[in-house]
Amino acid sequence: MRARASAAFGLAVPAIATAACSGPQSALDPHGVEAQAVATLFWWMTLAGALIWCAVIGALVYAGRRRRRVFSARAAGRIVLWAGAVTPSVLLLILLGYGLALMPDLRPASALTANDRLHVEVVGEQFWWRVIYHRPDGPPVVSANEVRLPVGTRVAFSLKSADVIHAFWIPQLGGKMDMIPGRTNRFSLQATRAGTFRGPCTEFCGPSHALMAFAAVAMDEEAFAGWLEREAGPAVRTEGPGLDAFLANGCGACHTIRGTPADGTIGPDLTHLGARKTLAAGALPNTEAAIARFVAAPEAVKPGARMPAFGMLPEREIAAIAAYLAGLE
Amino acid sequence: MRLVPKEIESLWTLFTGPVVWAAHFLVCYVGGAVYCARREWLGFGFEWVRIGVGAATAVALALIVAAAWLSWRQWGFGTEDPPHDAATAHDRRSFQGFATLLLSGLSFVAVVYTALPVLMIAECNP
Ligand code: HEC
Ligand SMILES: [Cu+2]
Repeated sequence: MRARASAAFGLAVPAIATAACSGPQSALDPHGVEAQAVATLFWWMTLAGALIWCAVIGALVYAGRRRRRVFSARAAGRIVLWAGAVTPSVLLLILLGYGLALMPDLRPASALTANDRLHVEVVGEQFWWRVIYHRPDGPPVVSANEVRLPVGTRVAFSLKSADVIHAFWIPQLGGKMDMIPGRTNRFSLQATRAGTFRGPCTEFCGPSHALMAFAAVAMDEEAFAGWLEREAGPAVRTEGPGLDAFLANGCGACHTIRGTPADGTIGPDLTHLGARKTLAAGALPNTEAAIARFVAAPEAVKPGARMPAFGMLPEREIAAIAAYLAGLE
Repeated sequence: MRLVPKEIESLWTLFTGPVVWAAHFLVCYVGGAVYCARREWLGFGFEWVRIGVGAATAVALALIVAAAWLSWRQWGFGTEDPPHDAATAHDRRSFQGFATLLLSGLSFVAVVYTALPVLMIAECNP
C-alpha cells in the first residue's frame, strides 16, 4: 500500500513538473538564445541543489545514526572550512561567472545604436503596449500589443514607460527588463525557433496589471519581412458604416487607423487590429464579439482601463464598429 | 620599535578587511558610473576603466592579505584553537585575531566578486 502510494507520487511529480515546462509562457521551453542559457542554468542548479541536499541529509543521517561519536574539534573545523566556506564560494563564483558571461550578449550597447538593424521600441502604458518598429530602411511602423521578430537575428529593443513602472518579459525568448518612466532601457533578443509566446507585464502597475500582456511571435526571416511590409501599410478597408460610426463617435481622437482620418495617439493603433492574436493587451480573444464587449464596457473587462465606455451607443452601431475593426487584417 | 606593534589594543583593526572591501566597491561602482556619465568629456576609452578596476583590485587584495597576515600573527598562527572565551587579555587578543582573519577571508572573496564583471563588460550602456 505504502509502496504503491509512493510509486504513484513518484510518477505524479515528474508529470506535474513536465506539464509546467511547456506552454506559451514557460521559460523552460526556450525559443531564444538567452532563454536557452537561463534554462540550462536552471536545470544545472536544480540538479546541483538536489545533490547538495542529498549530501547534507546523508551527512546528517550518518552523524546521527551511524557514527554516534563526537568529531574532534580539528576535523569539525575542517568540515566547516571546506563544506561551509570554500565550496560555496567556488560555486557562487561559477554561478556569477556564468551569469556575467551572458551580459555582453544580452546588452550589446554599441550594437544597439547601429542603424543597420531592426530596432523595436516598446512603451508600457496602463495597461497596454505601444510597439514601434524602426527599420533600417523606411519610416517607423507603429503597432500595439503584439511584438514580432525574425528568427535568427538579434533584435534590439528600447523599453520605455509612459506612466508607471512596467516590465517587459518574453520568458521563452529571454529578458526581463523594467520599463521606467523617464528612462530608456535597452536590451536585445535573438529567437532561435519560430513560435507564438505570451509576454506578461512583470511589474505591478495598477488594477489591470494582470491583464496587461502581449503576444510575441517569432517568424522566419522572410515571413517577418512580409508581415512588416503589410503592417506598415494602411488599413485594408477605409470606408463603410463601421468606420463612419468609429469616426462619428470620436474614437479617432485616441486611435489611429492609417488611411482614414482617425489619427489619435492616446490609445493603441488599430490599423491592423484584426490581424492581432489577442485583444486589449491579452485580456480577450480577438473576435468581433469581444471587440463589441470591450468597446461597450472596457472597465468591466479591464478595471482602470484608460478608455471611456461606449455602452450608451446603439447596439447596432457598436456591432458595425466591431465588424469593421475585426476585418482590419 | 616595530612599525606595526605586535599586539594592537584596539578593536578597529577588526574591520580592516570590510573597510577595504567597501572602499574598493565604491571606487569600482562610482568610478564606472562617473566614467560612463562623463566619458565624452574625459576622452579616454573604457579599457582604462577596466585597467583602473584591475589596479584597485590588486591594491585592495594586497591590503586584505596584509591585514590577514597581521591578524594571523595576532591569533598566534593557529597555535591555539578557538573559541578563546576565557576572561583574559590573551584570549581577547586571540579572539580578535581569529575574527579578523575570518573577516579578511570574506572580504577577499567579496573583492574578487566585485571585480569580476569588468572581465566581461567592455562598454557603457547606453
Ligand atoms: C480617451 C481615449 C479613447 C477613446 C475616445 C477611445 N479609446 Fe479605445 N482605447 C483607449 C485606450 C487607452 C485603450 C487601451 C486600453 C487597455 O488595453 O488598457 C483602448 C483600447 C481599445 C481597443 C483594443 C485595442 C487592442 O490593441 O487590442 C479597441 C478595439 C478600442 N479601444 C476601440 C475603441 C473604439 C471603437 C472607440 C470609440 C467608440 C474607442 N476605442 C475610443 C483609448 C480610447
Ligand atoms: Cu504594466
